[in-house]
Amino acid sequence: MTWLDTLRSHGRTRFAELGLPKTRQEAWRFTSLAALERTPFRPADAASAGVAIDALPSVTASHRLVFVNGCFRAALSSAGALAEGAFAGSLADALVSHPALLEAHLGTLADDASHGPLALNTAHLTDGAVLYVPKGVRLEAPVELVLIGAGGTEPLAWHPRLLVVMAAGAEATLIEHHLSRGDGAPTFANGVSELFLDTGARLNHYKVQRENAAAFHLATVNGRLEREACYEGFLLSLGARLSRNEVRLVLAGTGAEARLSGAYLVRGEQLCDTTTVIDHARPGGASRQLFKGVIDEKGHGVFQGKVLVRPDAQKTDAHQLSRALLLSDDARIDAKPELEIHADDVKCSHGATAGDLDDDALFYLRARGIDLDGARALLIGAYVGEAIAEISSEPVREAFEGLASAWLRAGS
Amino acid sequence: MLEISNLHASVGDRPILKGIDLSIKAGEVHAIMGPNGSGKSTLSYILAGREGYTVTGGSVTYQGEDLLALPPERRAALGVFLAFQYPVEIPGVSNSTFLKTALNAVRRQRGEAELDAMQFLKLARTKCKQLGMTDEMLKRSVNVGFSGGEKKRNDILQMALLDPRLTILDETDSGLDIDALRIVADGVNSLRGPERAMLVITHYQRLLSYIVPDHVHVLAFGRIQRSGGKELALELEARGYAEFGVNEAA
Repeated sequence: MTWLDTLRSHGRTRFAELGLPKTRQEAWRFTSLAALERTPFRPADAASAGVAIDALPSVTASHRLVFVNGCFRAALSSAGALAEGAFAGSLADALVSHPALLEAHLGTLADDASHGPLALNTAHLTDGAVLYVPKGVRLEAPVELVLIGAGGTEPLAWHPRLLVVMAAGAEATLIEHHLSRGDGAPTFANGVSELFLDTGARLNHYKVQRENAAAFHLATVNGRLEREACYEGFLLSLGARLSRNEVRLVLAGTGAEARLSGAYLVRGEQLCDTTTVIDHARPGGASRQLFKGVIDEKGHGVFQGKVLVRPDAQKTDAHQLSRALLLSDDARIDAKPELEIHADDVKCSHGATAGDLDDDALFYLRARGIDLDGARALLIGAYVGEAIAEISSEPVREAFEGLASAWLRAGS
Repeated sequence: MLEISNLHASVGDRPILKGIDLSIKAGEVHAIMGPNGSGKSTLSYILAGREGYTVTGGSVTYQGEDLLALPPERRAALGVFLAFQYPVEIPGVSNSTFLKTALNAVRRQRGEAELDAMQFLKLARTKCKQLGMTDEMLKRSVNVGFSGGEKKRNDILQMALLDPRLTILDETDSGLDIDALRIVADGVNSLRGPERAMLVITHYQRLLSYIVPDHVHVLAFGRIQRSGGKELALELEARGYAEFGVNEAA
């Protein structure tokens, strides 16, 4: 049995014990997976993943890896020429070209001992994406993953795995674009990511999820930042019936920095859950989080953000803010910010707010000739824009602003 | 141009306006003076279409239309402009985006061609210069971090761009020093003309030295108590509102 078989087998055993999480578990108390559990999903096969794809969205023109129902589609991809020694490609290809790298990293960061969806992903570990950037190398152009869900006549599930290994001083930008091809039976994308940032490495990691209203989307991200590594993440969630981004970052080296922000826009009966754990393990680390939600109709937002400062993590600077805009009486937000501090010389702040649009501002805009829908769109756009402004890459920022305004226009 | 007839209005259960009659013709500047709580701001908000006020009687006709039946944006397109006592701060919306969106919304409703980014910028810069505003104020978020004078000038800039027929100035002098007051008054005066009318609402006579009205009305207890020419403003300045039963010291 190879190491990969062992890993999968372990995942199967763990998932058999754990199953999917229940709302009685604290970490899932606001997000019920009952509807997911009731749906008879079966694993997407090569046939389902082979459907024709006529239009590919792209946030940037760059190194592009396309996956349909979790399977890599080489013909739709354009890896381009990367810097010497760098790799961006499918997990299957990486198993052939970089077996030692994968064996050394896969499954070492994602802890499946208590996490059902993660164990389920590991049990099905077959395909996904790998990004490796060697020591001191900086990738000029972003690497973009396009993950397309193609729903068929019966409910399909897939479990993509993402592995990012940034060697010391390496720099890269990674964009994830999750979407659906048309409608169809429910889909379940259960992704797991493992991100390794060695000393002084920098990863910009931007994700937009705009799957269709029948989609379930779970993403579990585990990252480890060594000394002075810097992670900048942004999560833009616009789609799916139920989505959860669970991001766990360990600032394992002195002076590591994590900037993790996002915006979620939900309406109808969508639920979007953002769960973050920032684990400050060593001194001098910094973390900054800003999440903004726009919740309309019967939409439901969940924000659970935990900042943990361990005894050794003196001089930590950690800030977290969750804000939600409730646009209807039925809109709901559950926010649970948590600070757990075991060091005494730290600067930490957190907060959570919820409110609706400012009547004075609405009237001011209307008194200048802008109609109610236009005034609302302008104010909501500005509200979301404040979070999107956290993205340091200008083309990505503009692309995400465009996607957010398209969402706003679609509702009016 | 504007015909207010026996207008009654309440906020919640509380009657504020108790029968206002006022007729404004094109080319005229009217001032409404009154003590705090007399209903001045209520009148301006009702004319501009703010929610939260209930008209319980009477009518307002503007250029032959039932003004009260129209949403605020439609009133703006028809040429009604309210300069706010407290211009609102809107974080995250740049002043130029706001002005361009407003101008094009109004132009669209008036059946005029929209301006593209270049045309707008050229126009906005010209108007800014006239009002002593810097281009930098176009880039900042609407009124955020503006001084009191800058906010009022920004409102007058909006007025200059939107080219209104009826301008209502609600306590425009509050919070302004004499230099800012002069700039704002110059901006307002430059828009006086035979086809335009203005309604200047103020507590003090000071503003009326700069924007000289044709008619002055005293509003107290929700009704117009007295009307006269511009000399009435000076009289009020000297004698206060006591003769209307208002004790402002209390």
